Amino acid sequence: MRIPLPFGMLLDTTKDAPESVPSGTRQRIVRVPVPGLRLVGAVVALVVIALSVLIGVIVVGGALDGKWYDFRDLGNTMDGLRSVLPECVLALGETCVVTGSYVGYLASAVIGGTGVLSFVGLILVLLVWSERRLLARFQVRRGPNRVGPFGLLQPLADAIKMMQKETVIPRGADRFLYYLPPVIVFIPLMLLWGAVPWAPKMTYADINVGVLYLVAVTSLTTLAIFLAGWSSNNHYALLGAMRTVAMMVSYEIPISISLLTIVLFTGSLQLTEIVRWQAEHNAWFAFLLPLPLFTFFFSSTAELNRSPNDIAEAESEIVAGYYTEYSGMKMGLYLAGELGYATATSAFVSTLFLGGWTLFGLETWIPPYVILGLKISVVYFVLVWMRATLPRFRLDQLMAFAWKYLIPLSIASVMLVALEVTLFARWDVAAIVPLVLFAIVNYVFARIAMRRWATVLGYQPELQANHPVMTSGVGGLRAAQALRQAEGAR
Amino acid sequence: MTFEELKPFIVPGLPHYLALSGQVFAIGILIALSKRNAIAVLMGVELMLNATNLAFLAFTRFVPQAQGTPALAGHVFVVFILTVAAAEAAVALAMAVLVYRRRETVDLDRLNLLRW
Amino acid sequence: MDNPGVVGAFYLLSGVTVLSSLAVFAVRNLLHAVVFLVLAFVGMAGIFITLSADFLAVAQILIYAGAVSILLVFAVMLTPLADRNNANSLFVLPGVAVAGGFATIVALVAVATDWNVLAEEDLGYRSFATTIADIGQALLGPYVLAFEVASVLLLAALIGAIVLVREEERA
Repeated sequence: MRIPLPFGMLLDTTKDAPESVPSGTRQRIVRVPVPGLRLVGAVVALVVIALSVLIGVIVVGGALDGKWYDFRDLGNTMDGLRSVLPECVLALGETCVVTGSYVGYLASAVIGGTGVLSFVGLILVLLVWSERRLLARFQVRRGPNRVGPFGLLQPLADAIKMMQKETVIPRGADRFLYYLPPVIVFIPLMLLWGAVPWAPKMTYADINVGVLYLVAVTSLTTLAIFLAGWSSNNHYALLGAMRTVAMMVSYEIPISISLLTIVLFTGSLQLTEIVRWQAEHNAWFAFLLPLPLFTFFFSSTAELNRSPNDIAEAESEIVAGYYTEYSGMKMGLYLAGELGYATATSAFVSTLFLGGWTLFGLETWIPPYVILGLKISVVYFVLVWMRATLPRFRLDQLMAFAWKYLIPLSIASVMLVALEVTLFARWDVAAIVPLVLFAIVNYVFARIAMRRWATVLGYQPELQANHPVMTSGVGGLRAAQALRQAEGAR
Repeated sequence: MTFEELKPFIVPGLPHYLALSGQVFAIGILIALSKRNAIAVLMGVELMLNATNLAFLAFTRFVPQAQGTPALAGHVFVVFILTVAAAEAAVALAMAVLVYRRRETVDLDRLNLLRW
Repeated sequence: MDNPGVVGAFYLLSGVTVLSSLAVFAVRNLLHAVVFLVLAFVGMAGIFITLSADFLAVAQILIYAGAVSILLVFAVMLTPLADRNNANSLFVLPGVAVAGGFATIVALVAVATDWNVLAEEDLGYRSFATTIADIGQALLGPYVLAFEVASVLLLAALIGAIVLVREEERA
């Protein structure tokens, strides 16, 4: 059956969509010419440009500031809602049981919670697609491109397929503990997304101890993963779970220590406060603290079980790790949860190290949540890039890397940063001078310490024959096309 | 009875929190006394420590600050209890594993070498 | 403290905590007991939040639900031939008696006592905007010695645990 779609696409449900098109047998998507498409496109573009100019004029004129229709910060809308509520909604006797402010609070909680949930659902659907497309791009394939325009409906098709599948429970599995983990894995994900500050007033839960909350909530998944592996009654699953738990427990330490350096500078654990500090000093922590950024990012990939640290589910070694025995939508929940954690990590890297919703003053014009969204996309792209290019660590290498390399280095950097913060509080010059100085010092320290410590631990890149070389001429679709052409010519 | 009279019973105050703390502590005692497995006994002890934390926090919240003490002395106590609980869990579980290696059991009823 | 959300949260969370602690006692399987213990810890963290102890609530989740539970699970795993059935010993009835008596006495004392020990005016509640700064001040101020001793204790526990379970190298 073939269903025509807009933009000249065809939904072809008769064939299985192959991941990659083998060379030589190139199948093309049938394009149906639509008359006047260019005209429609031009009109739409003109309208969009006109609207943008109009919005720009209104925003720069300051007519919006703080009004309920000021969509640069959705918190303003909630403020508008709260301001119309009466003083007391429900009174019993003389006491006011339910105050208006409480109802406003409850309403914003429900709306915000729904927003967070639907946002997570949306990004999960979109990310499955974009990650597969990007990976395919890196691996000189085409990726999903059959279901819907550009293969965009592929995640939905996958989800429907997974829901239809039969649930298989291994014999001897502990039923209660087998059903529990896919659910537990998802709860911390929602809790994490609730703490992300999207705009000055647009934070679902602006927690006083936000940074600690982040560490605590991510540590909840460890138990779920372990239970999943244990209850499956499968050796591969148990091995995967053991590996994951060892890895996650080890990498929680460098994460906490690297976050400590940020807290030393800001003097607050609150995420909005950290963003505000960066905006105020016009200094992203990525520049100021390169070593903690590396530590946090790398350790997060370990917590997420992503390459280069995906030994928990190393396909070539232990089938699929802790979720070997899970099938259908339960496995789908694990996969989706992994993607969700990857994006949440990108969000926290953007918030903590890349200035969050601020962009050097540009956030008054562009909606802050758009800025944060762009930053999240960039960090997420780096994650996918790492997944596509880096080989997998061995388990002992990974543990040694955490305990022997990352932890001593990050403790040293905490010492250095503590010294700098003491200096920063006492030095009576414009903040930019010490900050630039600290950035240089930290960068130099990171370079020297990382190299020296690696040599101390016995890493000698010059002695290894096949050490990786960065090449610009290898890889990519273009190279593949060149190869194919050369083959054709021959 | 009007709502005004009922309010002290419904709205949680210090007695509510203390009663809850007492209940959890009692359940901890029950588990610690009646379980055979050393690890289960340890779970009971952890519950008891947790109940104590709750009592400390409730007192900090509802009893005004005494003269000359830090603002959150109760919270500081809880921090120390958490620390000690973590250390205790690590050592106790290591001991359980060690006992298991020697005797192939962690059943407290069978660990009776020093009896009589 | 007296808005309906906090009141509801208190009763819900205390219900969760008490019921799951009871489940730790009642369930047959030791690993199920660990899961219910974690649930009790998380409920307890929620109750800490209703007492506006934000730092300790998060620390509770981090230490108990994140670390101690993993230790417990590992201990269960490392004793594979031992019974996993969470059985009771002969002490059940005395245990029930002691626990019931204790809970009753505490509840009676909590209700009967006039807790207004220091304040002249009506006993209200203290509200803290954030606790972590005060805790930090107290830890590195009046309680700095205890703080250092606690760190030494943790180090000793760490080394002790490693030494205890380390396998002897066979020569």
